Amino acid sequence: MSPERSGVPARVRVTSSRRSALPATRARSQVLASDLDEQTGLGDVYLDGLRRAQLRLGLTVLGLMALAIGGFPILLALLPATRSMSVAGLPLPWVVLGILVYPAAWLLARGYVRQAERIEAEFADIVESGSIDQGGSARV
Amino acid sequence: MSDTLSVLAVALVCVTTVVVGGLGLRLSRRTSDFYVAGRTVSPRLNASAISGEYLSAASFLGVAGLIYDQGVDLLWLPVGYTLGYLVLLVMVAAPMRRSGAYTLPDFAEARLGSVLVRRLAAVLVVAIGWMYLVPQFQGAALALALVTGAPQWVGSLLVAVVVAVAVGAGGMRSITFVQAMQYWIKLTCLAVPAFVLLALWMRSGGGVPTVREGWWEPFAARSPDDHPYYRTFSMMLALCLGTMGLPHVLVRFYTNPDGVAARRTTVSVVALLGVFYLWPPVYAVLGRLHLPSLPEGVRSDTIVIQLPGRVVDGVGGDVLTAMLAGGAFAALLSTASGLAMSVTGVLHQEFLRPRLARLTGGDAFGFGGFRLAAVGAVVVPFVVARFVEQIGIATTVGFAFSLAAATFAPLLILGVWWRRLSRAGAVAGLIFGSVASTAAAVTTYFGGPLGGWGEALLANPAAWCTPLAFASAVVVSLATPGSVPRDTGRLMVRLHTPERVHLARSRVPD
Repeated sequence: MSPERSGVPARVRVTSSRRSALPATRARSQVLASDLDEQTGLGDVYLDGLRRAQLRLGLTVLGLMALAIGGFPILLALLPATRSMSVAGLPLPWVVLGILVYPAAWLLARGYVRQAERIEAEFADIVESGSIDQGGSARV
Repeated sequence: MSDTLSVLAVALVCVTTVVVGGLGLRLSRRTSDFYVAGRTVSPRLNASAISGEYLSAASFLGVAGLIYDQGVDLLWLPVGYTLGYLVLLVMVAAPMRRSGAYTLPDFAEARLGSVLVRRLAAVLVVAIGWMYLVPQFQGAALALALVTGAPQWVGSLLVAVVVAVAVGAGGMRSITFVQAMQYWIKLTCLAVPAFVLLALWMRSGGGVPTVREGWWEPFAARSPDDHPYYRTFSMMLALCLGTMGLPHVLVRFYTNPDGVAARRTTVSVVALLGVFYLWPPVYAVLGRLHLPSLPEGVRSDTIVIQLPGRVVDGVGGDVLTAMLAGGAFAALLSTASGLAMSVTGVLHQEFLRPRLARLTGGDAFGFGGFRLAAVGAVVVPFVVARFVEQIGIATTVGFAFSLAAATFAPLLILGVWWRRLSRAGAVAGLIFGSVASTAAAVTTYFGGPLGGWGEALLANPAAWCTPLAFASAVVVSLATPGSVPRDTGRLMVRLHTPERVHLARSRVPD
């Protein structure tokens, strides 16, 4: 049920704040935040990266949802036996549409929020640490 | 006996609404308290409030009635009501909160810097709000008349007065407490009688209702002219995209402290709605078992309230009926007050305050003006509900969803994610979407039966109106790059940058 992971960077353990360790990066981090603030070319590149990553995640979740709720009628049409099949004494369509769809929607929503918060945390880490390492900035 | 208990239950719900609203009044001091509860509502409280506001008479009475009437195909309806929040979550929840706007017209103006777009959005908020309020008032008349035998106008008037008092007295903060409480009232009032009915059903050894062909089986055509797959698809599209465009839904997201909280709130909303929607099908199936056919002239919307009296004898049945009547009233009151609140906010801000300011010669913010707007927001749909023939709670609500999906969904989704949306494009999307879906609704209501695909397309317009609105907004935007607002970049920074990153200039002060 969890969203596609390939487009999203892996989880990173945050061990210490590099801002307090290195005074020099503090100046750099303020520069990056103000790049965003002033919409310089660099700030725009960063922001577009973030916006695209979030949009891709959102569309992936919508795609999964459309696949599930669009696929169910197709399943019913292709395999007519499923139309009147019974699960635990109840007809399958009633079990799916009346019960199972709700926990599935909740799991999908929870998975989305985790991924979205992870993308934002990594973006904030990059802006705050001020490191413009190529791997990081290309991915966000 | 049954009458007395039901009247007591309805009275209890009304009095609690006004009293809790009054408590909010003592806390409301500043302007932003009135509009968005000072933005200090926690995700849990807010999720209960959103669900409480959203679950209307259409959910409490209408869903069970429709499933009773038409069988498994209408199980899609509550599914769509819930998935609408999933779409809202992934497309607009966090950016909307970060935009710092109070209302949909505020967002339209902030994003596009155009008074014309703002005015169009304001007119649409009022239109959708009123369209959604009319069936609530009609449902109130129906429920009260059924349980007490009171004349039809009493129920509508009662709801209108309670809502106007609650909104005018405390504004949004009081409504937040009221709504949160009403979710739990509604869930209890629907789930407890359902438990009792299910237990009695098991004890009596089960039993399967005898129904017409196609009640149990999905996508059975009701007539040769019926297109069940198209009908379901269009309805699902309207519900999934329309939810984000309902004025009373989005305004509640502004009460979250920040974008992250807005997302977490929405996840809880999906859970709370799912728990609630497990119950209406129980009433529909048991209704088929105990009331195989309804007497002539009795609407299927009443099945929920009628069922306990048929199954449980004596005081027990009366108590359960009273619970359901109280719950139905809680549903009506909460949705109606949420809608009235957003319509009031827009009426006051867009149309009343500028005129009052001119009259008083200053920019004084009078709570008197807000209260005047609250009365206006309630009186118009009350009068319409009294004098327009009832066309079924869920039908009117369905058109409100279609209109929202064809207007606000393109504006919000393109506004949040697409840099090249221009003023002209936004105007084109709003106008094409609203004209097409209004024309479809008017033709269906006033025109005779067309038959065939024409009727199917007009009765469920979302499947073609929404793509039309999206396409016109995109095409016109691409053709008019000159009218892309110059501060789009700043808006994008504001909408998407996480709160952790400190921005000195792009954020709006709360």
